[in-house]
Amino acid sequence: MAQGTPESDRSLTLTRRQFVGAVTTTAGLATTGGSASATEDGVPVSLTVNGKHHAVVVDARTSLLDLLREDLQLTGTHKGCDQGACGACTVLLDGRRINSCLTLAVMHDGAELTTIEGLAEGGELHPLQRAFIDTDAFQCGYCTAGQIMSGVGCIREGHCGSGTEIREWMSGNICRCGAYQNIVAAVQQAAKES
Amino acid sequence: MSALSERPENPSVGVAIPHESASAHVSGLAKYTDDLAGRAQGTLHAYPVQVPHAHARITALRTEPALAVPGVVRVLTAADVPGVNDSGIHHDEPLFPDEVMFYGHAVCWVLGESLEAARLGAAAVEVDVEPLPALITVPEAIAAGSFQGGRPVMTRGDVDAGFAASAHVFEGEFEFAGQEHFYLETHAALAQVDENDQIFVQSSTQHPTETQEIVAHVLGLRSHEVTVQCLRMGGGFGGKEMQPHGFAAIAALGAVLTGRPVRVRLSRLQDMTMSGKRHGFHSRWRVGFDAEGRLQALDATLTADGGWSLDLSAPVLSRALCHIDNAYYLPHVRVQGFIARTNKTSSTAFRGFGGPQGMLVIEDILGRCAPLLGIDPITLQRRNFYADGQTTPYGQPVNQMTRLTTAWDQVISNGDISARQREIAAFNATHPHTKRALAMTPVKFGISFNLTAFNQAGALVHIYKDGSVLINHGGTEMGQGLHTKMLQVAATALGVPLSTVRLAPTRTDKVPNTSATAASVGSDINGGAVKNACDQLRQRLHEVAATRLGAHAHDVRIVDGVARALGSNQTLEWNELVKAAYWQRVQLSAAGFYRTEGLHWNAETFQGTPFKYFGHGVAAAEVEVDGFTGAYRTRRVDIVHDVGDSLSPLVDIGQIEGGFVQGAGWLTLEDLRWDAKTGRLLTQTPSTYKLPSFSEMPEVFNVSLLADVPEDGVVYGSKASGEVPLMLAFCVREALRQAAAAFGPVGTSVELASPATPEAVYWALDTARNRSDVAAYG
Repeated sequence: MAQGTPESDRSLTLTRRQFVGAVTTTAGLATTGGSASATEDGVPVSLTVNGKHHAVVVDARTSLLDLLREDLQLTGTHKGCDQGACGACTVLLDGRRINSCLTLAVMHDGAELTTIEGLAEGGELHPLQRAFIDTDAFQCGYCTAGQIMSGVGCIREGHCGSGTEIREWMSGNICRCGAYQNIVAAVQQAAKES
Repeated sequence: MSALSERPENPSVGVAIPHESASAHVSGLAKYTDDLAGRAQGTLHAYPVQVPHAHARITALRTEPALAVPGVVRVLTAADVPGVNDSGIHHDEPLFPDEVMFYGHAVCWVLGESLEAARLGAAAVEVDVEPLPALITVPEAIAAGSFQGGRPVMTRGDVDAGFAASAHVFEGEFEFAGQEHFYLETHAALAQVDENDQIFVQSSTQHPTETQEIVAHVLGLRSHEVTVQCLRMGGGFGGKEMQPHGFAAIAALGAVLTGRPVRVRLSRLQDMTMSGKRHGFHSRWRVGFDAEGRLQALDATLTADGGWSLDLSAPVLSRALCHIDNAYYLPHVRVQGFIARTNKTSSTAFRGFGGPQGMLVIEDILGRCAPLLGIDPITLQRRNFYADGQTTPYGQPVNQMTRLTTAWDQVISNGDISARQREIAAFNATHPHTKRALAMTPVKFGISFNLTAFNQAGALVHIYKDGSVLINHGGTEMGQGLHTKMLQVAATALGVPLSTVRLAPTRTDKVPNTSATAASVGSDINGGAVKNACDQLRQRLHEVAATRLGAHAHDVRIVDGVARALGSNQTLEWNELVKAAYWQRVQLSAAGFYRTEGLHWNAETFQGTPFKYFGHGVAAAEVEVDGFTGAYRTRRVDIVHDVGDSLSPLVDIGQIEGGFVQGAGWLTLEDLRWDAKTGRLLTQTPSTYKLPSFSEMPEVFNVSLLADVPEDGVVYGSKASGEVPLMLAFCVREALRQAAAAFGPVGTSVELASPATPEAVYWALDTARNRSDVAAYG
């Protein structure tokens, strides 16, 4: 007898990128959400996304990515693999890049998030956003949000000394269209400006 | 130059502009199908019940337990289908099968208020099966005589006489792997019944018309009751040419039965275990060369791994046969093709569509035989190039070889090939545990759908009273820049600035009966249709302008949104011209159409001129291989490509770079492994299926376009760029073979697995290293 998808096949894998507080288990999470307490409907989470405060109640197993996409309708952050191997869902959490699919929303009560929608300031594109346009650093665009957020992190971390260094520190972000050459050029251009 | 090819003054085509959605992409505002789900109210989620057997008969399907799961709304089964229970075009792919044909085959779908409810419902469905014998590998299928579809044969000349006259005859076998598309956006569809009782499906599809047709036949409706829209895709690569239809049909069926919007979005695991991939092939060959290494005869049998259903395997196989020659003249040929039926996902279109597989066979043959012939591979390849005036084995004349030889010479000179070959020889002589090699690849790839009827396209262009222009065409955007090119074509054809033109999403109620956006012809055929519509409009506007400017319509020119008559300084602004046309009751909307001229194809005799022209490119790659591990890196790549007179140079260069990277992935990294016993896909996540990443990029990567090569008879002198560059990556594989050979004695012929993963390269070089004698046979 067969029942549903062979879930045991699912593997959750960290990329080579450093992760901030990523976990792959749901145990005991209801107590990790700061001062909030769980209810039957879920766990309250309060966070600031792109400068805007949000207070929501979510299933404790909700990933940060699903919170953004499903609850807050911030669909600019994309779901590529949902297992931390493609980087399409990269956002900035308290200024550091993280795969939002690999961390739970309830772990980040009180956190400050920046997504691709919040990167521009006052209608002015971030230098890396401009650089992506200038260097034609995408094709289908699906990985672009993750590439840009990761690139912003890479620049802040100071890992842009050479093309080789950028390739290494951006290696958690997959571009299936193969626009890598131009993505490196974009990060280099923006790094020079910052 | 034909009217289709000729460029007017100051055209928008040919300008290196950013992708039309560039600002939206970098701001996170560009919407993909699943991003739309939040806009619909009361949307249900669909989840498949996948059965973990490669082949089994379903003896019982109990859905009641699912309905007891909180939040489950309905289970969709075969009994719910009002029309035809089929998701393919050959009626061999039941949407709800009663026989499981591959490991992970979905047999029914659960609809839930949340994805979690649907998932738990799917887990509760009980499926009883009687396991049946399964065939997993191609050799197993060949041994069992398990084939599907036709068995085409391509012949020319007298192969036996060719072998008799050959100085050297070699034979071999070669089996190579397929490829997972891994478009970053998994399959997605969102269906609802709209306010006019029209079935409206948003689908991530390269072929909206066929998605519409399949949805209609599943629902028992006619096409005019179903509308399919595709905003854009997060990658397609052929994987969304045939595969999206069933998922769209599930969403549409659910929407009709529940009256609520239904969302299908596959997880990566579901996508990789359920959707089709590039065909792996098995080949057996015998080849003859004359004393100078000129190909005399080729006798080959190609068996494509079709998977469980026919899908697009027949045209894929045709294209494989039509590309086994690549750039080389084969006087005597006999190639037979088979499609194996195996218990795996149904193999489907993937960038190149069989062309790469056919060409891989001949490039592998030349790579293996060059050392046996004692001829440098680059010399052997060049010596066998077609000469203009010769014909392909299927009878199409070859007449642009100078483009290929020019590109070949440019790569040799720009890439400093001779000097680097000397450096490599010196390096290898002093490095016993590290070897380098440099290989080149020519590519000649036929452009057009092999099936002549598909080479047609439509467009719809509106000019509104305020002068703004809205265009629609039948092609879909998957990142290849088609929409960017179409905006440039429309602006050029109308003579207006690019900012005047806007493009609306691809919809079947705007442009009907479209072909798939495939075969690299998206811009050729849709561009032809957009131009045709714009030409009609411009002709009408010329008449209006002529009366205003006091000139003959033939003497009117519209450039940058200003109409002028030849020899006159008087001007008429575009907006004024459009307004005047409206008041004169001149129609400001036009439907465009294009059919590719000059094509004919006889699938029975396997003869004809199936291609409008050939795309050309040349690449050189240098690699370095570590003798202890087989690990390698690509030190440098040089490419010169023929895209005619480019419609959009940034787009085309992106296609070339990306195509090369994807081809190198197929040939060197992406290792699809199937459990030979259970038929389960073992590499079903990106943690085990290695995709090209930043780390594998060539350290130096030079791409340039062949200059001054407008293509007559194609829209604004351009040429296709989508698939052709993928095959340039053969040079990486051949360089790895030569580097592996360099660990052995001079003249070692190396058999290299495909993909040539570091492990495969290690075994190849280890075999070469352990050879004490020089291979000598033939």
